[in-house]
Formats: sequence, C-alpha cells, structure tokens
Amino acid sequence: MLDDKFEYLLRLGDNALVLSQRLTEWVGKGPALEEDMALANTALDLIGQARLWLAYAGEVEGLGRTEDQLAFLRDAHQLRNVLLVERPNGSYADTLMRQYLFDAWHLLLLDALTRSADGQIAAIAEKARKEVTYHLRRSADLVTRLGDGTAESHRRLQDALDDLWMYTGELFEVDDVDAVLQAQGVAESTVTLREAWLAQVGRTLAAATLTMPSPQAWMQKGGKQGRHTEQMGFLLAEMQFLQRAYPGQQW
Amino acid sequence: MSKEWPLWEVFIRSQHGLAHKHVGSLHAPDAEMAINNARDVYTRRNEGVGIWVVRATEIVSSSPGDKAPLFEPSNSKVYRHPTFFPMPEEVKNL
Repeated sequence: MLDDKFEYLLRLGDNALVLSQRLTEWVGKGPALEEDMALANTALDLIGQARLWLAYAGEVEGLGRTEDQLAFLRDAHQLRNVLLVERPNGSYADTLMRQYLFDAWHLLLLDALTRSADGQIAAIAEKARKEVTYHLRRSADLVTRLGDGTAESHRRLQDALDDLWMYTGELFEVDDVDAVLQAQGVAESTVTLREAWLAQVGRTLAAATLTMPSPQAWMQKGGKQGRHTEQMGFLLAEMQFLQRAYPGQQW
Repeated sequence: MSKEWPLWEVFIRSQHGLAHKHVGSLHAPDAEMAINNARDVYTRRNEGVGIWVVRATEIVSSSPGDKAPLFEPSNSKVYRHPTFFPMPEEVKNL
C-alpha cells in the first residue's frame, strides 16, 4: 500500500520536476523579456511543488532518500511523469499549448486533491493550487489570443494542438496504482476529471477558434510506468549532470 | 501600426493604506496582458497587493524646462511645511 502511495507521489513530483526543467530551457531565449520571466516564474513554482511532492515521497518510502536524491539520481525508467511534460519545447506555440493542456488538467487535479484523505497531500495541493490558478489563467489567455490571432499564429497553435493531443490521454489513464489510491480516497476519480477537462478545454479552444481533435483518438501512454520517449535521456543528462559528475555537490 | 508592443508604466501598491508607486515599465499588447506581465516582472519578491498599469503615451509630464517657474516659488515659503507641529512617535507614514 505504501508502495502505491510512493508511486503516486513520484508521479505528482516528476510531472512538476520535468515540466519545470523544460520551461527552464527557455530562460534567456523567450520571445520577449516579459514572456521569458513569466515562464521562469512558472518553472520556479513547479520546482517548488516538485520539492514538496518528492520530499513527501521520500518520507513515505522510508529509505532515507531526500528530494534531491529522488530528483537527480533516478534514471529515465525510474521517472513517473506523463509523456506530455517531457515533449520538447519546439516553438513558442508548442510550449504554450503543452502548458495550457497541462495547466487545465493540473488545476482540476489539485482542486480534487485538496479533499484527499491524506492530509499531507491535501496540504501540498492547497498550496500549489494558488500558483497553478495563475498558470492556467495565463496559458489559457495566450492560447486564446494566439489561436484567434493572425493566420500564422492560428496555424502554429492548431499544429501544436494536433501534435500534442495524443499525449493527453495518459493524464486520465487508470492503472493499478491509481485504482488503489482512488479506492482509498487519496486520489480523485480520473473519469470525473476527464469530463471536466474536456468541457473546459473545449470552451477555451472554441474561443481560440481552434479545432479540438477527437477525444476518442488513439493515445500514447507509458510515462507513468516509466516508459519514456527518447527525449527523456537528453533532458536528464542536462538536469542531472552536476550531481552525476560531482556527487553530493552543493552551492 | 508599429510591430512593437506598446509601452506601459507600472504602479504597485505595496500595502493597504499606501499609495501606488511607480516601479518601472514593460511592453504588452493590451491592458489585461500588461497586468499579467506586471505581476510576472515586478511582483516576484512579494512587493504588492495591487497593480495599476497605464499606457505610457497617456501620461502627461511637466517639462524639465519649466522647473524654475513651477517649483522655485515654493522654496521661499517655508511656512507651508507642517514641521511646526510636534508629531507623536506612533503616527506613521506622514
């Protein structure tokens, strides 16, 4: 049972950790100073959330592993993030669409987790929810503006949506870990989340004049069980370099 | 029309009871994004409880050349300062 909760906490932590790493890749390269800082702020919020989830995961595991050891000393097959967050940044349209699809799900999930039977999970969700409320406000606003913007921005957003759509199914996938925790009241029913997400994303995409792909489309999966895309090794090579080359190094 | 986003001046209220204070400027396509950008650029260190943004072109400024007629006449009118009243220690922000 504790193993299931450990797995679930790794999923929450690794989503935030890996997306934060992706957003950090934009620092210094954003299309405008204001966008650059907004992405960096989001990345910092997410790294803060990753720390809380992973620290609690280490505690639940009970082997004395710290948040840093979990973040920097696990290899790709040991990470439990969904595939969506490890997708490469691509153009700004790709990054924004990835962010929007994730944020819309993330806020619904955190909202539900504030009612978790596990008090620590509920407390972390409560803190993260305020940050993610702003993430979603910003990414939904930009997706709407750019989707309903120029012919080129519309095309780029639609292409990004079509490319990323197959990675959204995993957000709502239920495996044994999810089933156990949902039965305990620790995690939320993913069926409810999916309905709410589809309705909300549908409204935003309609306002953005974008065409939502079919919810019945074939979906990628595997990230939550540690089967990642080939991008993952490169991401970890950069993120973990320091601790791998200089174990225990601090500054 | 210029391709650059217009410039906005940003004013932050640091706590309730204090006036908004000019903190800098930024670029944004419209007011809503200017508020969002101001939040991201100027309130990273817990600086504020309120934000105003104003299009920089909407601000009317006095001319530096008018400094003498505008401001020098008050130099010799020391009786306008409320410094002749003893103020209790507890009164802040005056």
